[in-house]
Amino acid sequence: MTKNAKLMQGNEACTLGALAAGLQFYAGYPITPSTEIAELCAEELPKLGAKFIQMEDEIGSIAACIGASLAGKKAMTATSGPGFSLMQECLGYASLTEVPLVIIDVQRMGPSTGMPTSPAQGDLMQARWGTHGDHPIVVLAPGSVKECFELTFKAFDIAEVWRVPVIVLMDEIIGHMREKVVLPDFKALRPQRRAAPLAPGGYRPYAADADGGVPLMAPFGEGYRAHVTGLFHDESGRPSGRSDVADTLMRRLARKIEKAGPLIEEHFEESLEDAEVVVISFGCSAMSALSAVRRARREGLKAGMLRLKTVWPFPDALVARVAENAKRIVVPEMNLGQLALEVERASRCAAPSGHAVPVTRLGKVNGELFRPEEVYTSIMEAFASAGITASPGISVSSGGQR
Amino acid sequence: MSAFLGYFRQETLPHIWCPGCGHGTVTGALVRAIMRLDLDKNKVCIVSGIGCSSRAVGYLDFDTLHTAHGRALAFATGIKLARPELKVIVMTGDGDCTAIGGNHFIHAARRNIDITTIVMNNNIYGMTSGQYSPMTPKGMYGTTAPYGNLERSFDLCELAKAAGATYVARGTSYHVPLLINLIESAIQNKGFSVVEAVVQCPTYFGRKNKVGGPVEMLNWIKDGVVNVKAAASLPPEKLVGKQLIGELHNAPANEFTADYDELIAKVQRTYDKFQGGLYGCALNSD
Repeated sequence: MTKNAKLMQGNEACTLGALAAGLQFYAGYPITPSTEIAELCAEELPKLGAKFIQMEDEIGSIAACIGASLAGKKAMTATSGPGFSLMQECLGYASLTEVPLVIIDVQRMGPSTGMPTSPAQGDLMQARWGTHGDHPIVVLAPGSVKECFELTFKAFDIAEVWRVPVIVLMDEIIGHMREKVVLPDFKALRPQRRAAPLAPGGYRPYAADADGGVPLMAPFGEGYRAHVTGLFHDESGRPSGRSDVADTLMRRLARKIEKAGPLIEEHFEESLEDAEVVVISFGCSAMSALSAVRRARREGLKAGMLRLKTVWPFPDALVARVAENAKRIVVPEMNLGQLALEVERASRCAAPSGHAVPVTRLGKVNGELFRPEEVYTSIMEAFASAGITASPGISVSSGGQR
Repeated sequence: MSAFLGYFRQETLPHIWCPGCGHGTVTGALVRAIMRLDLDKNKVCIVSGIGCSSRAVGYLDFDTLHTAHGRALAFATGIKLARPELKVIVMTGDGDCTAIGGNHFIHAARRNIDITTIVMNNNIYGMTSGQYSPMTPKGMYGTTAPYGNLERSFDLCELAKAAGATYVARGTSYHVPLLINLIESAIQNKGFSVVEAVVQCPTYFGRKNKVGGPVEMLNWIKDGVVNVKAAASLPPEKLVGKQLIGELHNAPANEFTADYDELIAKVQRTYDKFQGGLYGCALNSD
């Protein structure tokens, strides 16, 4: 038993992950169920000589974060569905201008004001496609309180290395649930540093290397005299209306995150090696689902679990590999099929000669967390429709993470 | 002239503005004010929103940020808080600042954050070709006010003052030496400063309202204003329908980022060696 074990909620763990990663600036606007993150940042950041500001709305919050990031500070904001919607335009700005930034979305029931204190996972597609135009984005989804710490920490590293806004897609359950967490030794953590690029002379903020990566972000105020614009721009950052410049920029941005995908992909899996029915889920829904999968295993059925931690870019290859060996897939999620549609797409794309695994879209939108028996029932139906009955002597293989 | 041009990214010129536009005059006035103050080029950050006026920053050789429509002041707030040592200047237009950005404007003023905001007011949306703005006078025409504008317009300077700005002035593209002086004073004010620069848009405002070309528009602007100092000795009937130009409000007060630094110092004194709190606990346990 270590002294570093603590009881905390997901929103606290998320805040700690950000602080451990070197958060220096927080701008936000109060909204349930994310508010604890703002409150904790307001209390902790001044102690570290860093800044918290409560802006006039969520648009101002993300804008101030982008400004602070351009001035060289690691910046974060946290919100929920309605506020996340307001942030979408500037999220696209950060994406196009390649400004490192972390956005926490603690999902609640929507659309509109919806059920503010109830969980949902309806922002999966908003996180990917909420802003206009094709754009690169990275979205991580914690499935436990500890992962709120780990993935928020990781979000900052990804944001810095790839110069991309990173969204941590939590939900009301994960954000407010309290769990025992064993934190790593902070002094041993090595977050990505915000280093200045080469000497100011001739700095080209968008000069890509062969992999589509761009130089480090030059902070304002250090002699680079850079220009940053939300207009399409060339390698120097100057606006351009040329079609070839636009095409090059758009394709480079897409390629950048395609390259990043396999390097940042992370998931949890259990009993997948011989699984005939695979449950694919994320966030709070995956907690109930895992319990259901284990119950099916105990009863002699080859069920397996895949929980995505990197939801965007979507892990196509991983899902395709899992789908290849499965007879049925069940996707429990607190929306009406946003993840299931992606699973269907990814599994079909990879399927040899059009073989398509049937996918059960187990959506739930009443503001209540899945009960394990709901997922269990769906798993049993999947086995039945595949003509499989329980065979004795199958045990649970140990869970693994990657 | 060469020293003046040294403040521009000359490879980006010529600019995109229409012939006779007033935005270049205001941009020139800003550069002249910066020259007079001898500000370090590397410690000035100029931020803009979207619209004709906001394109100015791309031509200027500082750290420059061309943001989203209406959001320049919110971006600038983040920059100023992150690096209080920078001179942060916002260049914006009447639509950008008072319509879509109105909320950020009043809250930046309320905080008295040290940002100098230059609002180029041409009374119309130029970039989208002539729609009425919150600064279009009642009865004037725009492409979305084909029968005359029914809405009342803001008095931007009164709005800024009421919201808490500590330096407020109005100038025009006709009265250039005055405009340079006003911008210079605004930059020197440690707090939220607003300079409304009334400018001509001959292409849309002038044409739609049959005011005429650039010269006629400049005369129209000149005839519509009275210097605040002269106004003090004029009878009320001479001031009807006139806007005041000059320094309209100068009331220094505590500045936000300076107060913030004091707060940090106080918190750090209190929590020095303090091992509690969320982060302290995490950091100090093993």
